[in-house]
Amino acid sequence: MANEVVDHGRRRFLTATTSVVGGIGIVAAAVPFIKSWEPSARAKAAGAPVTQSLAKIEAGQMLTVSWRSLPVFVLNRTKAQLATLPMVDSRLVDPKSDGVSADQQPKYAQNEARSIKPEWLVVIGICTHLGCVPDFVPEIKPEPFDPDWKGGFYCPCHKSRYDLAGRVYAGVPAPKNLPVPPYHFIDDSTIQIGVDPKEAG
Amino acid sequence: MANVFTSIGEWVNERAPGMMPMYRKHMTEYYAPKNFNLWYYFGSLALLVLVNQIVTGIFLTMNYNPSAAGAFASVEYIMRDVEWGWLIRYMHSTGASLFFVVVFLHMFRGIMYGSYKKPRELVWLLGMLIFLVLMAEAFMGYVLPWGNMSFWGAKVIISLFGTIPVIGGDLVEWIMGDFLPADATLNRFFALHVVALPIVLLLLVVLHLAALHEVGSNNPDGVEIKKGPKGNRWDALKPADGIPFHPYYTVKDLVGVGFFLLIAAFIIFFAPTFGGWFLEHDNFIPANNLATPSHIKPVWYFTPFYAIVRMIPSFLGSAVWGVLAMFGAIAVLFALPWFDRGKVKSIRYRGTGFKVALGLFVLSFIALGAVGAGITAEVIPAWFGDVDVTFWENLFGRVMTAIYFGFFAFLWAYTYFGWEKTKPVPERVTTHD
Repeated sequence: MANEVVDHGRRRFLTATTSVVGGIGIVAAAVPFIKSWEPSARAKAAGAPVTQSLAKIEAGQMLTVSWRSLPVFVLNRTKAQLATLPMVDSRLVDPKSDGVSADQQPKYAQNEARSIKPEWLVVIGICTHLGCVPDFVPEIKPEPFDPDWKGGFYCPCHKSRYDLAGRVYAGVPAPKNLPVPPYHFIDDSTIQIGVDPKEAG
Repeated sequence: MANVFTSIGEWVNERAPGMMPMYRKHMTEYYAPKNFNLWYYFGSLALLVLVNQIVTGIFLTMNYNPSAAGAFASVEYIMRDVEWGWLIRYMHSTGASLFFVVVFLHMFRGIMYGSYKKPRELVWLLGMLIFLVLMAEAFMGYVLPWGNMSFWGAKVIISLFGTIPVIGGDLVEWIMGDFLPADATLNRFFALHVVALPIVLLLLVVLHLAALHEVGSNNPDGVEIKKGPKGNRWDALKPADGIPFHPYYTVKDLVGVGFFLLIAAFIIFFAPTFGGWFLEHDNFIPANNLATPSHIKPVWYFTPFYAIVRMIPSFLGSAVWGVLAMFGAIAVLFALPWFDRGKVKSIRYRGTGFKVALGLFVLSFIALGAVGAGITAEVIPAWFGDVDVTFWENLFGRVMTAIYFGFFAFLWAYTYFGWEKTKPVPERVTTHD
């Protein structure tokens, strides 16, 4: 075994191949541990559609419905409230929801009121900044955070503001309009959240 | 009897001959500068708090239930039914806040006396890593009681990663293990908080101290005692201005420990929530995924960084800029040894510009803390009446953010272009005999 001459090329090759194979092994072994952090099958299965009656929501009132554990705001907007929407257009990031917020609603809710029926606003009440639930501040009166307030949603976490169609104001941390979930009307006073009108047939 | 101990000692020494030299290297023959002042208490106090967090933490896990259904009730169980449980929990929660008090002061000491400069860059980097892990540890610990602040704090902090383009959304789900903070999130945070991060923290502390003892401690004069005259009472080859860490500084630190424990005990017994600053009122309400607390704010030690997120508006349809600025606020601290090109370490001999800039830096940090904690949102209308609070708060916060980052830019220019007029640094520490 007295090997006088060391073959450095062979030694480098063996070191490199051992490192590569060992490295691949470590990466492969890490996959199950990393994947174990993804939502479990049980968590994924808990996302069933929710049916909600609108009969008891008076004009101007809002109800929060839990869908996939997310708060969904169902707001019955008055005529006066709907009239405020065009008034704030110039102060919004994306008033037509066709720019950065193009993906924040299904096609059937991509309009001025961001809804299927103008009076009924259905949005996921999760601020598009860092996920807090904005407060519902419907009164049209000067607020400490906005002297020219026309009613809407105000996030307590980082002070983002949205109008009564969930459209985000410019100059706040939130980048996009509040998302509209898939939903449809089963009849005039019942909606189902989680299913598109098309799928419902 | 003495004979028995001696022979046991010899028995061990024969089998582990490296232990006594190691003890001597780090304790009785570690020569620290003799001119340490009050600012040098905070390193050993941080170690004391770390021990407190580990011991009280171990006992809390014995009664805590890491599940969304049981966590809140188990914490109340510890507070009400477990014998002395309230004391152990308050020691842990007060310890968390005091940890940041001593670490902030420890870091300020390092900046003031230039302890991050050559040859101690590695000590500084390891210390910054400790700070980073400590923030993760504190955040995850805050989630465990599963109060409403725990829940929404977790939501907001995890959502920070959601602002990363393309992969953000998936990353958030991966971290939470669900579509919102839930059982899976709580369980993994528990595992990280009580097992993974403490191990990392302990390892980093060992490395921080090992790196320090390799190069030796800095001091309020910023003088290298190793380059000064040799020969002291204990060793003819060691620095004349050094004294053995043990017993001189162990005894000095015990005085600090006594004083610190007095303050800590006062808080634990008389003001454990510290008026909502150490334990927030909204966290005495169970987690509710449908209602965000109306005055959401993080615990005080995160408020400066939280304010920076809030001050940066969205741009190009993305909220990532505020998050980048927040992480940037920590990243610039990491890079401090390379921003500062000045050769003079201690503030005692540095130029006026440095003193003013450091003062402003501390001021901006505290002011951002006030913005993040919601103090400015109350003070502005109270002092100035009917004004646009959002506008003035944002203006104030943005100016303070600019000063915070400006400190680093100024420090670089100030030292790189040689604008600094320093005083002569003495040959030896000023208190030598």
